[in-house]
Amino acid sequence: MEPSILSLVIEALLKVAFVIGLVMGGVTYMTWVERRVAGIIQDRLGPNRVGFAGLLQPIADGLKFLFKEDIIPPHVYKPFYILAPTLIFVPSLLGSTVIPFGDSIHLFGRDIQLQVANLNVGILFIFAMSAMGVYGIALAGWSSNNKFSLMGGLRSSAQLISYELAMGLSVVGVLMVTGSLRLNEVVESQSGFHWNAFTQPIGLLCFVVAAFAETNRAPFDLPECESELVAGYHTEYSSMKFAMFMMAEYANMITAAALMVTLYFGGWQVPGLSKAALSPLAVSLIQVGAFLFKTAFFLFLFVWVRWTLPRFRFDQLMDLGWKALFPLALLQIFITAFCILRGWL
Amino acid sequence: MITSFLPLVAAVLFAIGAIGVLIRRNAIVILMCIELMLNAVNLTFASYAYELRSMAGHVFIFFVMTVAAAEAAVGLGIVIAVFRKRQSADVDDVNLMRW
Amino acid sequence: MLVINLIAFVAIFSALMVVFHRSPMVSVVFLIVNLVCIALFFLFLHAQFLFAIQIIVYAGAIMVLFVFVVMLLNLRKEEELLPGWRVQRALAYLGGPLLVGALWTALWRRGRSSEAFPGSFGSGFGTAEDIGQLLFNDYLFQFEAASVLLVVAMIGAVVLARRKES
Repeated sequence: MEPSILSLVIEALLKVAFVIGLVMGGVTYMTWVERRVAGIIQDRLGPNRVGFAGLLQPIADGLKFLFKEDIIPPHVYKPFYILAPTLIFVPSLLGSTVIPFGDSIHLFGRDIQLQVANLNVGILFIFAMSAMGVYGIALAGWSSNNKFSLMGGLRSSAQLISYELAMGLSVVGVLMVTGSLRLNEVVESQSGFHWNAFTQPIGLLCFVVAAFAETNRAPFDLPECESELVAGYHTEYSSMKFAMFMMAEYANMITAAALMVTLYFGGWQVPGLSKAALSPLAVSLIQVGAFLFKTAFFLFLFVWVRWTLPRFRFDQLMDLGWKALFPLALLQIFITAFCILRGWL
Repeated sequence: MITSFLPLVAAVLFAIGAIGVLIRRNAIVILMCIELMLNAVNLTFASYAYELRSMAGHVFIFFVMTVAAAEAAVGLGIVIAVFRKRQSADVDDVNLMRW
Repeated sequence: MLVINLIAFVAIFSALMVVFHRSPMVSVVFLIVNLVCIALFFLFLHAQFLFAIQIIVYAGAIMVLFVFVVMLLNLRKEEELLPGWRVQRALAYLGGPLLVGALWTALWRRGRSSEAFPGSFGSGFGTAEDIGQLLFNDYLFQFEAASVLLVVAMIGAVVLARRKES
């Protein structure tokens, strides 16, 4: 039965609303999670005054940013200065559209994929979006007309490009095993305990480290740290534009964590879930819940690593990307190819 | 309709790139206009691959992209090397071997 | 198709801005816009793999290289065209439309026969799998030659841009 246009549009809008709501809600509450976990790690309380256990703190922060004076310094190049925060934020939101958050459910007489867009070049689309995200940082650094911003922008762009390479190569191993670029097929091929994390541990290591570097996070946040370069590429930004940079970083983190779960940890698969025993709706809810739980774990991992490890110096960072991760990812490809030829995978 | 319109767009882009190579003096902008021309050619290949249902056009595009990447890298390396000596990215300033 | 016309307009406008804007960084950004437009054309022409590759490689890597060089050389000065170049500029402006005319004549007079399109699309038209089959079976030598070319270019770029240790 041919679905009507109206039902297709409603389905698409609901999925988009769910994903964007999830990402934006995640962005807001990641600030709370970050500050509380940082407090726990540093043996102190995080924010706990505003609302119960500090849960209204992100709202207070948002209001503060809204009311701050939005200064545009006179020496910046205005078009790119205003465009740059958008250029960082939009690609990460677009990247989260191809990530499947559940198995296809059967509602109203037809199968609905729980994925906003089931592109047949799914993984490549995510790499395309992370490639476009580099421009926001480069343009922010250049348009600020300021030596520190320029250096920060340059360093950050170089870092993003180098680790994009390692990330792409480590994913090639997953693609070889799956045989398709579609993300829902990547998840479906990891049924039971057949997760890619267990069959390709080196690739997982490369991907996780590269994801930390791609999101300008954790030990790789030299371009934006406070002690080295004033504030790197977002020195000249204030109020909501600065908040957009922070939000873009968290949105990138959420997309990266969701991607890790999808590629290596089975996505929405729950090993041992017997489909016959429960109603389809319950199974779907459990699967979506499992996906969210796994993503939340990886977000916690991001925060944990940030407050534990010291920062890399820039040349150490570039050495790690080119001399360590790139050969490791190639090694992973060779091992996977060998295993596939021998029929073990 | 699409297959008669897109080659025309590609021809216009190619001509704009050619004008750019002739007019501009900055070496980097000249390299960018060359990239524009290569993209116009890619668009033509893709249109005819669509019209004739042949994937050979796509393979050609793949190789054109590879060559463009290599050429951009080496060309920009040359621009940087020249800039170090002469502090200028003008192609008119690279005239030591002129008669 | 209204969308294709709109994208074509944006592509041509951004190409004109690449050529005629005086600041190199703005030219770079407009070229990125142009490359994304071409990628969208690829999407309309059922070339999904090339759409992704165009954005990843061309708009995402080659143009980042251009951005780096413009930032490193800190090219903010806007160039002025010397008056002694008027002849060359006039010839270029005349030659442009002539070139479009010549190209269009060559393409249009391709000998369009009135027969129907040669068959329908194969099921995998434009996917990575089809291109992979062609690259690794029919065009294997060219593929390997392209890899050698990339290695040579990498070495060349590193050698050219290195500072001489005196």
